[in-house]
Amino acid sequence: MSKKPSVILQCEDITVSFDGFKAIQGMNLTLERGELRFLIGPNGAGKTTMLDVICGKTRATAGSVIYSSSDGVIDVTKKKEHQIAGLGIGRKFQAPSIFPTLTVFENLEIAMRQRRSVFATLFARLTAEDRERIEQQLVMIGLQDKASWRAGGLSHGEKQWLEIGIMLMQEPSVLLLDEPVAGMTDKETDKTGELLKEIAKMRTIVVVEHDMEFVRNFASKVTVMHEGKLLKEGTMDEIQSDDRVAEVYLGQRRNADASRSTA
Amino acid sequence: MAIYVTQLFNGLSVSSILLLIALGLAITFGLMNVINMAHGELIMIGAYATYVTQNMFKSALPASMFDYYYILAIPVSFAIAFLFGWLLELSLIRHLYGRPLDSLLATWGVGLALQQLARSIFGAPNVGVTSPSWLDGGLTIMEGVVLPYKRLFIIGLVIVCLLAMYFYIYRSRAGRNMRAVMQNRDMAACLGISTRRVDAVTFAIGSGIAGIAGCALTLIGPIGPSLGTYYIVDAFMVVVLGGVGKLVGTLFGALGIGMTNTLFEYWTNASLGKVLVFVCIVAFLQWRPKGFVAMRTRSLD
Amino acid sequence: MMSQTWSRARIWALIGYAVAAAAMFAAPLYLSDFRLNLLAKFLAFAIVALGLDLIWGYTGILSLGHGVFFGLGGYAMAMHLKLQASGGRVPDFMDWSGLTSLPAFWKPFESLGFAFLAGLLIPGLLALILGYVTFRNRIRGVYFTILTQALVIITTTLLVGQQAYTGGTNGITGYSKIAGQSISSPDTKQMLYWVTAIFLVVAFVICRFLVKSRFGKVLRAIRDGENRVRFIGYNPALYQMTAFAISGVLAGLAGMLFVLHVGIISPSMLGIVPSIEMVLWVAIGGRGTLIGAVLGAVLMNGAKSEISAQYPDAWTFIMGGLFIVVVVFLPGGVTGLFQRLKFRKRSVSEHEQEAVRHPAV
Repeated sequence: MSKKPSVILQCEDITVSFDGFKAIQGMNLTLERGELRFLIGPNGAGKTTMLDVICGKTRATAGSVIYSSSDGVIDVTKKKEHQIAGLGIGRKFQAPSIFPTLTVFENLEIAMRQRRSVFATLFARLTAEDRERIEQQLVMIGLQDKASWRAGGLSHGEKQWLEIGIMLMQEPSVLLLDEPVAGMTDKETDKTGELLKEIAKMRTIVVVEHDMEFVRNFASKVTVMHEGKLLKEGTMDEIQSDDRVAEVYLGQRRNADASRSTA
Repeated sequence: MAIYVTQLFNGLSVSSILLLIALGLAITFGLMNVINMAHGELIMIGAYATYVTQNMFKSALPASMFDYYYILAIPVSFAIAFLFGWLLELSLIRHLYGRPLDSLLATWGVGLALQQLARSIFGAPNVGVTSPSWLDGGLTIMEGVVLPYKRLFIIGLVIVCLLAMYFYIYRSRAGRNMRAVMQNRDMAACLGISTRRVDAVTFAIGSGIAGIAGCALTLIGPIGPSLGTYYIVDAFMVVVLGGVGKLVGTLFGALGIGMTNTLFEYWTNASLGKVLVFVCIVAFLQWRPKGFVAMRTRSLD
Repeated sequence: MMSQTWSRARIWALIGYAVAAAAMFAAPLYLSDFRLNLLAKFLAFAIVALGLDLIWGYTGILSLGHGVFFGLGGYAMAMHLKLQASGGRVPDFMDWSGLTSLPAFWKPFESLGFAFLAGLLIPGLLALILGYVTFRNRIRGVYFTILTQALVIITTTLLVGQQAYTGGTNGITGYSKIAGQSISSPDTKQMLYWVTAIFLVVAFVICRFLVKSRFGKVLRAIRDGENRVRFIGYNPALYQMTAFAISGVLAGLAGMLFVLHVGIISPSMLGIVPSIEMVLWVAIGGRGTLIGAVLGAVLMNGAKSEISAQYPDAWTFIMGGLFIVVVVFLPGGVTGLFQRLKFRKRSVSEHEQEAVRHPAV
């Protein structure tokens, strides 16, 4: 048996431009298998766009995303969104995007790892095994009592968890999470942190996050982006003691203050 | 040679009418994400407004004044269609923002009722509008090519409307507000723009232009309660082909459909020509699914 | 929880369905020939409504072009019937247009089996092709709807324009026999009624299977958020194409049955207005429920034939008004209204309210 390569995802020299505006310029990002990585940076740094490129929502103008899956090594920038998802890259969006008119159970049922052709879903049956699998997931995201609810009726935090559940049901190798605790209460944020730690044991995860307190809870590598470029990569301590990072975050504030006082 | 020039001119003439009709549609769709199927009936209202103006001139003024009715009919058609549009927006459209499919169905119902209303008032048969005598005849530009003054007048009218719209949208304060709302409704609202007002005014202006289109159509042929239905689908195709958000898209769509329609119908026949135009539009959309100009958004759906 | 749903609601529903089916199949016993023929026509319409509900109510794609699929089915059957009636000679309208021999594409329609298959497959194939060139490129929403409407316009102009092959504005009429039997005899009429009723039941069962399957859940998920479906690994275009093609086949089937009852098909029967009327049936009955589509088609057409016979002008106003009312105030249609009343009677829990607040888009 060949040893699995330790690098699972390698983004090389990614550039994205929208009508001439360069949202990302030559960004590199390498993920080890099983890693939990935080992606931070001021507004407009290109964090979300970076996730969009990896999951296929946005096409990179240049560069490649090399993904080492069980099926071999693939440049996913050439693939369509559903193919990328099928290869094992899951995405959670910033605003909770679940299927509001389906029940919580049905949301998880269609997300479950399974063959996704029209023919397969026409004749798919819910086996006892499937049911158990979905119920386990319901317990994990704390929605076991609300399985028959329409997802549209859940609270904001519950929707976020459901979406995490939807993503986990796909059993992806790489998870891309965009601000999973945005808009959550403190209690919900703590619960989400627990959930994330649980998930991180098994999978490679990239989290875009603004909440520094939240990031500090995890002893993992942090990547700082600024104006579409890589600014700094390292542990949270290294990041916090870095002058350039401080300038990007604090300098911005200083500039903003300055402009406000002159206005 | 002469025949080609004539066809080209016909294409231009068809395009100009389509443009006038599609202008209002494209703006309201881009701004409010509603599809107004009653737009065709606003054309019809404009046409009947012209008809009524003509009749009033006939009965109330000396015959020597009759030729000037059309000058008055243009603003009258605009005003009446504007008013109808305003009322429609107030009573129905504003409940349907962001629900394009629902707005399409509901406004189709409005259109149906308006047609029936016209039938009750003016009768089901078509009525003719006598064109002013100063638009009779045509301009001979070469051997065998006569450009009718009526058609030239319509093209001129469309150019004036287009320029007016251009200045309104890109040079006036109201237009700037409108573009702001179109690009980011929430942000515009935060900046103190009354989005309600912008919506209502824009919708009414779009309707008013449809009224002018109706006025123009009276020059071409008789008018009837279902006048709008002949043009509405083509006008929507202009929006689909041109995309939303910019005037140039609508201009491109109208020219594209008007020209290809005329040429294909000339080369083949009326029914086959329509099929070919449809195939061309679908082919074009394979290349640019959002039409000629496309607005980018960051939202997921 | 499961056994409870079996015990009450489900048993009542089953009883309801059984009573409705019994009433439908026994209709020849208590309806006059004239009314039976009308009802047969409405049942054919109910089949289109089912197909339309599948694509609009469940998948969220509004087609204003189902008249075309309905018409193609109708024309396929009409061609067969016309050839039967012409007895080996060239059909009368071709003769008037100066055609001396039968066009090649007409010849296979001599066979009822071929005509039947063509009436199903041609609309299905056209829907599949249109779906392929649109859904694959994510042309959707109103863009798609407008394209379907344009399809209606070109189909009707084509049918009118190619008079020698299609009968032009008058369409194709003047039939005498079907499968060797006289088409206008009461016995045949009764038989055709039952055939239609059986096809409606079959269509209903198929649609029910589709919407209850995981495929149906994916369709609803596409309605809720097409892009999200994409990011969990499904290709929505394939699902949309499948649903649209099935919907087209059902419309074709309905068109064939319609011709058998009405005895004529013409371009005006598949134009813009009939196409959008089909949507109204589904909207009134309740999009996103199969029984709503069936009830909507039957009740609306029943009302239409009663009212428009007495007050033809009023009907147009009523139809226009219904469109507005149902879209703005009653997005769930009649079945939605019932559900809402039911929920209000019971103690309303939060998520049930939400279910009402999120009707089909």
